[in-house]
Amino acid sequence: MKKVLEGSMAISDSIRMTEPKVISAYPITPQTHIVEHLSQMVADGDLKAEYVMVESEHSAASVVLGASACGVRTYTATAAQGLLYMEEVIYNIAGMRLPVVLTVANRAVSAPISIWNDMQDSMALRDSGAIQLVAENNQEAYDMHIQAYKIAENPEVMLPVMVCVDGFVLTHTFEVVETIDHIEKVREYLPPLNMKYTLDINNPFSFGTVGEPSVYLETRFRLSNAINNSKSIIVDAANDYKEMFGKYEGALIDTYKMDDADTVIVAMGSVLGTIKDVVDELREAGKKIGVLKIRAFRPFPADEIVNALKNIKNAIVIEKAVSLGKGGILSCEIRDALYQRRINSVNVNGYVMGLGGRDITPKNIYDLIIKAEKEEDVDGEFFGLNNELLNKVF
Amino acid sequence: MLLRLRTIILKERKLDFKLGIIARPGSALSNKTGSFRSEIPVFKHEKCTGCDLCIYYCPEGVVFGDKKTKTYNFDDDYCKGCGICAEECPVDDIEMFLVEK
Amino acid sequence: MLTNILTKEDTHKQLFTMGHTGCSGCAQSMAVKLIMQVLGKNTIATSATGCLEVFSTKFPESSWNIPWIHSLFENSAAIASGIEAALQITGKKDGTTVLSQAGDGGTADIGLQALSGMFERGHDVLYICYDNGAYMNTGYQRSGLTPYDSFTTTSPSGKISFGNNRPKKYMPEIAMAHKIPYTAVASAGYPIDLQKKVKKTLSIKGPKYLQVDVPCVPGWKYEPRYSVKIAQLAVQSGLYPLFEAEYGKITSVKKISKRVPVEEYLKLQGRFKHLFKNEAGKAEIEKIQKIADENIEQYGLL
Ligand SMILES: Cc1ncc(C[n+]2csc(CCOP(=O)(O)OP(=O)(O)O)c2C)c(N)n1
Ligand code: SF4
Ligand code: SF4
Ligand code: SF4
Ligand SMILES: [Mg+2]
Repeated sequence: MKKVLEGSMAISDSIRMTEPKVISAYPITPQTHIVEHLSQMVADGDLKAEYVMVESEHSAASVVLGASACGVRTYTATAAQGLLYMEEVIYNIAGMRLPVVLTVANRAVSAPISIWNDMQDSMALRDSGAIQLVAENNQEAYDMHIQAYKIAENPEVMLPVMVCVDGFVLTHTFEVVETIDHIEKVREYLPPLNMKYTLDINNPFSFGTVGEPSVYLETRFRLSNAINNSKSIIVDAANDYKEMFGKYEGALIDTYKMDDADTVIVAMGSVLGTIKDVVDELREAGKKIGVLKIRAFRPFPADEIVNALKNIKNAIVIEKAVSLGKGGILSCEIRDALYQRRINSVNVNGYVMGLGGRDITPKNIYDLIIKAEKEEDVDGEFFGLNNELLNKVF
Repeated sequence: MLLRLRTIILKERKLDFKLGIIARPGSALSNKTGSFRSEIPVFKHEKCTGCDLCIYYCPEGVVFGDKKTKTYNFDDDYCKGCGICAEECPVDDIEMFLVEK
Repeated sequence: MLTNILTKEDTHKQLFTMGHTGCSGCAQSMAVKLIMQVLGKNTIATSATGCLEVFSTKFPESSWNIPWIHSLFENSAAIASGIEAALQITGKKDGTTVLSQAGDGGTADIGLQALSGMFERGHDVLYICYDNGAYMNTGYQRSGLTPYDSFTTTSPSGKISFGNNRPKKYMPEIAMAHKIPYTAVASAGYPIDLQKKVKKTLSIKGPKYLQVDVPCVPGWKYEPRYSVKIAQLAVQSGLYPLFEAEYGKITSVKKISKRVPVEEYLKLQGRFKHLFKNEAGKAEIEKIQKIADENIEQYGLL
């Protein structure tokens, strides 16, 4: 059914369809609407789950860790400071191979405190072992959460999946979303969670043992393999979803107007909408330009990205996060992927934009394209700065 | 190089993930802790009253015995020789001896 | 109360098995063994990072014959909350005990927030704090439950210091302030009393807090054979009052049977040896005696 839904409603509605048994979260803007909707569903009996109202994000993640170890489906959501506070536990959930799904309503990180959108928070968790998927719009946010469980719970994966949705831009914006009418269909796509090892009094195992130097390296090697292997499972999840529900927004990556393109803009998340509008206009004006959407940031789809970019001239990477003391994150990884495959014909320029909720307008993007095509190997340069403000004395 | 990495990954798929994170119940029994010990108890079976205190207090849980026969003893594979049983036996029916090494 | 342990085979079937790597004479391992004998096999346990977790689960070995999970240092109570929630929603809670364990540091310091949350939300969880009065796993650093004047590696005694200059945090009272159904303090020196209290928790729904005094051989610096003796002297001197409370009100106390001066307790332990060097140390011992006297008065221990 087509409905006009706020992003948070779309997410909570798709979570309802996946029937998690234990939900635990701690409020933080802009995640609040998601967990408020879920609380209401539990209060109304529309979702039969234990909603554990914890005293912190650290405990929210710990509650879902404990519940997940019992073999039940779990859900949590957070943003920014909350995600950083959870960090220790997320590493643990991944290390213990538990299929928790969490939403990150992407938000800037303090200081200065800002409730507005960028991707610095989820970027800080990129090495945690959690799979990171990034949604472009409310429809995709809806679909991606259902796929997230399918990926997380695959016996070959068994890892947390973090679904990143841009705070406010998606969580608080109304869009038309086509929802699934019959929960049976979701159950068919996503069978009940069936874990091999659980906390079970009839089959007792000890979870979370001490890893001596003699086993730690191998344990982490396995973890690394699991997340690398999940690429094909992410692709399967997207294809199966398309077959069952008729919706497809890409798997690891997606391409837009890239045939014959010599310039391609690479980005993640909601900013892709604005970028595509600009590209449409430029295409009409005869420019050979396209868009590469990164849908899975972890595992990093290096082969797919290189395949998509290898014949173009300029890749312009727009990033809403920065590795302080280094520069671009996505652009650096793309450059590395190309270098590893000895492709040096692609000029990769990375620009940091839109931090802390700064609007990225069509004009910004247009200006950036003109500038970027004249530059080489830009590594995370800040773009869209207000120079007047920078030079002002307060 | 990339090719080799991929073949290792494929083989790993068939394995489960117990390594380093999940252990079997009670598997510590395979660790015979008796080897740390520098002293060893001797249960003399002379004045024992069958009070069971040595069973309660042994930190390793290696002492066993029957109130009726009063012939308490311990599993020397695991006893760490702490001496608590001897110290606490109300009738001094347990004595510690140095282990010859 | 004690399950019959008549033969060597019986000892191997304990729910917390031998073969762990705890120090010789470790009272924490003694307490865990006694507690598991009472709780039985329908128990799911969590442990915070700390000595117990490390010495009982070195991969691929585990001393636990029940489902057990360790995650982090400060979240034992939150993990247990999640387990309890999962059992409730799947209808498996009846007849299963959820046990949450941590050391004094994992309880009264870094884990206090998660513990308070678990209490306040009313989870049906038994929480046990093994109090050895310092961060033993990391090498005997001071915690909020380190007693007054104790040497630890971060509160060392020195030319101008008598060690830890703050009194021990009243953790059981913090638990009681949550008005939870049951709070108790026990000691490895009194196993029958300890097992009786553990047994009692089995019949009470809701959050339960049990704190157990567990002497630590290298941390307290004494000969391993004295673990029980020292635990008993702590009680008999009044320094470690054993009591039970329901909904925040004390319902029973273990009376002191043979009162001893605190000096008897202190002198057996290397962590207090700096108090026995000079007159100033004597004055400190008097202060500690005063703490014991106040406890005796406050809890009616005589
Ligand atoms: C977040 C965090 N900080 C610090 C540590 C280091 N650490 C591990 S165990 C421990 C001390 C444990 O002390 P306690 O809870 O009293 O248990 P004990 O070892 O004394 O039984 C510390 C400080 C850690 N593992 N995690
Ligand atoms: S010496 Fe210690 S470990 Fe050995 S039997 Fe006696 S109490 Fe147990
Ligand atoms: S403590 Fe001594 S008296 Fe009591 S049962 Fe053991 S050996 Fe016998
Ligand atoms: S350091 Fe202390 S608490 Fe840790 S195992 Fe040794 S005696 Fe037990
Ligand atoms: Mg401690």
